[in-house]
Amino acid sequence: MEIITKFRDSDKTGYVMSLPYILYFLLFVGFPLFFSFILIFHKWNIVTPMEWIGLRNFVRLFSDIQFFQSIKNTLIFLVVHIPLQIVIALMLALVLNEKIKFRGFFRAIYFLPVIVSGVVITILWQQLYAYETGLLNLLLVKMGFSKIPWINDPKYAMTSIAIMATWKNVGLYVVLFLVGLQGIPGYLYEAADIDGAKPYQKFYFITLPSLNNTMLLVIILSTIGGFSLFIEPFVMTGGGPMNSTLSAMLYIYNQAFFFGHMGYSATLGFFFAFIILIVILLQKKFIEQK
Amino acid sequence: MFAYPFLWMISATLKPEIEIGEIGLWSSNFSLRSYKDVISKIPIGRALLNSLFVSSSVTFFVIIFGSIVGYALSRLRFFGRDFIFGVILFTMVIPFQITLIPMYILMVKFGWVDTYLSLIVPGMISTFGILLFRQFFRDIPQALVDAAKIDGCNDFQILFRIIWPLSKPVIITVGILSFMGSWNDVLWPLIVIRVQKLMTMPQLVTIFKVGGQAEGQLGAQLAAATLLAIPIILIYAFFQRYFIESMATSGLKG
Repeated sequence: MEIITKFRDSDKTGYVMSLPYILYFLLFVGFPLFFSFILIFHKWNIVTPMEWIGLRNFVRLFSDIQFFQSIKNTLIFLVVHIPLQIVIALMLALVLNEKIKFRGFFRAIYFLPVIVSGVVITILWQQLYAYETGLLNLLLVKMGFSKIPWINDPKYAMTSIAIMATWKNVGLYVVLFLVGLQGIPGYLYEAADIDGAKPYQKFYFITLPSLNNTMLLVIILSTIGGFSLFIEPFVMTGGGPMNSTLSAMLYIYNQAFFFGHMGYSATLGFFFAFIILIVILLQKKFIEQK
Repeated sequence: MFAYPFLWMISATLKPEIEIGEIGLWSSNFSLRSYKDVISKIPIGRALLNSLFVSSSVTFFVIIFGSIVGYALSRLRFFGRDFIFGVILFTMVIPFQITLIPMYILMVKFGWVDTYLSLIVPGMISTFGILLFRQFFRDIPQALVDAAKIDGCNDFQILFRIIWPLSKPVIITVGILSFMGSWNDVLWPLIVIRVQKLMTMPQLVTIFKVGGQAEGQLGAQLAAATLLAIPIILIYAFFQRYFIESMATSGLKG
């Protein structure tokens, strides 16, 4: 009865105006979620009828060496990318936070790679990374170092992609850190000055703790971004050399659209999403403790 | 360090193939050959129009629907409202990796593969857009809404005539975020579009590079990349401040 009363007292326009979202949810969120749950128990290539195979997709997943290699590659990417991103973004933000000339101009330039398509960045960096004619190796040779096989050696390739991704995204995180820095009350520093604190002490005891929330945000955003790593290896290396840059997303894409294994790739996506959620929850817990 | 690679890229597209491996920007042999190669090999002009059409449509609908739903969730009282809001927050946590494959199958079943529909319709709603509109609308004084009601306006009229003109900042933010997201997306177009004449610009350039049509010509690859970068850089040049602010909000509130 209570529900009926509540419903009668409701503004009916509310339902009309919520309708676009409700439809969207049913069609593009609810149904796909439900259907992915069905798919993981089936073998299907879209053309022939679906075939129930129970848990065999999971059995296959747990013995799929390439998939775990691709997850490992993705984790390598994150381990290089996230600390590098934080250090560089924080340094640039600290510099930009001082009242230097052309601050707006620098901020605009750092931000340029953020808005440009990853495809552009990747094609450009492939030239920079080229072994014989690449700009970076030419510079190294000029400075008296030897060439680095940036994307030709399985040992370096994923790290090189992580460096490129850092260059692309760092502008966004500089801006986030700047917002965080501007939120730190000035009297904290004044008090520290009176107590005779040295610059590095001020940084360590005031700046860093105050940026905790921003730090969490930066880590979570770049983790989500890192787990979606796809177009960079797709364009630059195709996952090579020797599968060293095969990201999990690229592997799922190949399984689905190169081999047509819909059921299996849905299982991979399901499992992978599960890993993502766990990693993010762990990060959250870890940082909030600090 | 952030600008030079772009400058170098533009200069490299103008140099003859043999000089591309040089660090300097200037060459006495500048020409537009690389661009001519790209234009003669792939329908890049058509792809530009496709991208403009798709991204503008997506942005248009995200703003319209986002503000309608945001209005309902912030200014109207009805049973189930908090439930819908909870669902929205919950769906934002779901990684897209789960729904990607079923979404593709849905497109196949609808017969939307190789049509604009598959690029536009799933993008028409942005949950994040709804949240931004809801947040902004909540701070608009009730007196304005009440006054409009007394004048006999219905909720749609209130939204579009009274609230919209006050909401430029949030409309711009949502607009920029969805336009950029749609413009730079490659994974989804790669999945649902197979015919060349419907491909979006980043997709076509990707295929050009990966599919071997570029035949290893660095100049042509870089020229294609430059053409892909130009439209968004032009927009950025005009709305630079809004871009940075929008992206910052997207991080802070997301």
